[in-house]
Amino acid sequence: MDAATATQDTAFQAIIELADDCLILGHRLSEWCGHAPVLEEELALANMGLDLLGQARALYAHAGEIEGKGRSEDDLAFLRRERDYRNCLLVERRNGDFAATMLRQLYFSAFMQPFWRAVAASSNDEILRGIAAKAEKEMAYHLRHSGEWVIRMGDGTEESASRMADAVTELHRYTGELFLASPARADAIAAGLLPDPDSLRTEWDRTIASVFAAAHLTIPEVRVPQKGGRDGRHGEDMGHLLAELQFMQRAYPGMSW
Amino acid sequence: MTTENLTPLWEVFIRPRNGLHHRHVGSLHAADSDMALQAARDVYTRRGEGNSIWVVRSAEISASDPSFAEPMFEPADDKIYRHPTFYDIPDEVGHM
Repeated sequence: MDAATATQDTAFQAIIELADDCLILGHRLSEWCGHAPVLEEELALANMGLDLLGQARALYAHAGEIEGKGRSEDDLAFLRRERDYRNCLLVERRNGDFAATMLRQLYFSAFMQPFWRAVAASSNDEILRGIAAKAEKEMAYHLRHSGEWVIRMGDGTEESASRMADAVTELHRYTGELFLASPARADAIAAGLLPDPDSLRTEWDRTIASVFAAAHLTIPEVRVPQKGGRDGRHGEDMGHLLAELQFMQRAYPGMSW
Repeated sequence: MTTENLTPLWEVFIRPRNGLHHRHVGSLHAADSDMALQAARDVYTRRGEGNSIWVVRSAEISASDPSFAEPMFEPADDKIYRHPTFYDIPDEVGHM
């Protein structure tokens, strides 16, 4: 394998990680369809899910072109095995209650907004810069929306506060993985394709601290941080998620409408 | 039911383009004005309908009394001289 091919492979892998984050979280949000607590949030959740799905499509299509084996966005989204998905564990966590869903969205968007801003400003890949410019605005809205909800639930009734505190206890341990660079990512950073996620830590900490202060929430000490998604090691819910996500393409290969 | 009681109703006004007025488009439930603006964005501007949103608590709106409609509006019916239809408008003026 020559150097150019190696770069191509790692670029493909690094972009797949991003695309999988977007697809899996977008799918999780789509599971709220018809189950949201109020009509206003029904639409808000679906809107956010569709934003993420749109980002995933653009990223898969770009990754497929870089790979150069003729795989389409559908092939990449629907026809891989569980171990080939490289999303972080946070995005695949089950929805839980509305508090957990909003907190998960806050954690993710507080990372992705500055991430896409950095890609738009400094990636040497023109297509990625274009995807990033659009995605940054979408993530800014997700951050604002989920942040406002976390504040209102944390600083709300006794029940909403206790549910939000439970969500923090459950989900905070998955946030460390956002800042880790897989080997593919490390190559992509060295090649100038993507920013180093660790460089976004300070801003993420600041965002979360300010929301938590307004929400009267405490940032927990995480003794055992959870990771593994970037290596394809997923939680037990991931198989169920993929079964539903992939069902149509598996049952009716090549179908379209 | 409980959400109805706890979250107030808001009226939503959207301005479709610069230079046009905000127009009433509907209503929604939200806990406060920040959340009402976000909900309005998600419910009423999904297809690019607007570039500015106003929300106002429905309870803050004072409405005219339908049973008082005759005294309110009929006196204007026979005052056709209030419509500026007696002037010749030069073609160059265009649509007014």
